[in-house]
Amino acid sequence: MKPARVDNVANAAANRPYRLPPPLFDARCKACWFGLGLVVLVVASFWSLDLQWAAFLSRDAAHSMARFVGEFFPPDVSPAFVRKVAVASVETLAMSALGTVLAAAGGLVLALPASRAREGDRALARAPTRLLLNALRAVPELVWAALLLISAGLGPFAGTLALALHTTGVLGRLFAEAMENASRGPADALRAQGIGRVRVFLYATLPQVLPQLVSYTLYRWENNIRAAAILGVVGAGGLGQLLSFHMGLFQMGKTATVLVAMLLLVALVDALSYAARRVLAR
Amino acid sequence: MNRALPPPRRDPAWLGRLFWIGAALVLLWPMLVTTEFRPWTLFSAESRGPTLRFLGTFLPPAVEPDFLWLVARETWRNVAIATAGITLALVIAVPATLASTRVLSISALSGRMAPLPAALRQAVRWALVLLRSVPELVWALVFVRVVGLGPTAGVLAIALTYGGMLGKVYGDILESGETPATQALLANGSGRLQAFAYGLLPQNAAELTSYTVYRWECAIRSSVVLGFVGAGGLGQQLDSSTKMFAGGEVATMLLVFVALVALADRASTWLRRALA
Repeated sequence: MKPARVDNVANAAANRPYRLPPPLFDARCKACWFGLGLVVLVVASFWSLDLQWAAFLSRDAAHSMARFVGEFFPPDVSPAFVRKVAVASVETLAMSALGTVLAAAGGLVLALPASRAREGDRALARAPTRLLLNALRAVPELVWAALLLISAGLGPFAGTLALALHTTGVLGRLFAEAMENASRGPADALRAQGIGRVRVFLYATLPQVLPQLVSYTLYRWENNIRAAAILGVVGAGGLGQLLSFHMGLFQMGKTATVLVAMLLLVALVDALSYAARRVLAR
Repeated sequence: MNRALPPPRRDPAWLGRLFWIGAALVLLWPMLVTTEFRPWTLFSAESRGPTLRFLGTFLPPAVEPDFLWLVARETWRNVAIATAGITLALVIAVPATLASTRVLSISALSGRMAPLPAALRQAVRWALVLLRSVPELVWALVFVRVVGLGPTAGVLAIALTYGGMLGKVYGDILESGETPATQALLANGSGRLQAFAYGLLPQNAAELTSYTVYRWECAIRSSVVLGFVGAGGLGQQLDSSTKMFAGGEVATMLLVFVALVALADRASTWLRRALA
């Protein structure tokens, strides 16, 4: 007889003691407080904004909305204007692609000081570089463009730089994380052979993370084409500039053409980037 | 006698690398021309003067009490526009998700979905695609025409674009999860809403909430951008201060803005960790 064993079995077979669920309005109940805070935030937002629902939902507004939408038709498809839109589309495409390429280069340069190269690396520049990356990332492209207009002047150059600055912040952080997460083995092996830092990076770290970096860059390109399409609203070139110009003059037919071009461009870049990622993943 | 070979002096793959660098430069060239990429204009005499003068006025940042109060009010307004926009976006996204999720189809339980529900689901999907392909700035430009300047245009713009995005991603999340529990409920005669509330939602609640919080953070950023077309908030102030070359004010607002984004980032990270 092994009494201890029987005891164990009896314990396992017995029902667990029944516990009451925690009371609903417990001061420690995080979810309740969070829910309450959320409701307060939403109510305060609606209350403090004095939204003009009356103006939006009234019959007048419905009429003017309908008239406004009606003016979009027919879109202007005269050859001269379509050519102008095509030129602006190419400009937008070039802005987004060049901005992304510059940002990938800048992000790679900044990701090196922002990541720990090996175990026990003190990486003194890590915190300040990450602060810089966060600041670049926090300011949206449009705000960068508005600020850059002063030194770069009106036109696509300011837009390209704005895209590059914001995207550098985004990509730099992603690249740094990718490099820190890469396996250390190959780099340590090269380092043990006494090979210099630059070559360790070029032949051990970079080949490992390159597919990931390329896929991040392609993903950002999809975002940047959307951003590039609207940057022109502050005067930074591309389709946005045409859009705000013709909308300002109430030429709704031309505005409609520009809008269609924007949608097509975004769809085109999405398809290209999807195809590129399929090829890379193979 | 097995000494390690000395490392090769030359990169074994140099020819391929040289080719790809050359090809990239050839591709890059037309882009540089199209975007009028002339970095030296940044340092030309006529652009250096105003730039340095503008940057010089950044220090010290403006800290007059009146101005700080204004910035605080506009910052709250941005948060409020983003919150109200996301709330309305949910009003669009939740019904659209319920209507477009394939998992909640009763006819699809036994083979193919019936043609009418399939067409309805596809129509809702197309509507969501349309909503989110138009950038929020363009929606805002349209609504500024209809309802006039002010936060209403910003809230509506965020509601429409983010409604499209949330609706699409919610659908993807629900369909990528495990579906047998939901299908068992449906097969045993529960309604679609019941199957959603007791089968799909509990499984995916954490992921859905975390994506919503992430989008709220994005909405704060885009509410600032919408200010540039007259939706109020920090963006509008930033626009007018930049146009008046008031560098101190611009510096203060940029700092506040970076702090706001960092705070929203921190809050959303904390929330997502609490939910996981």
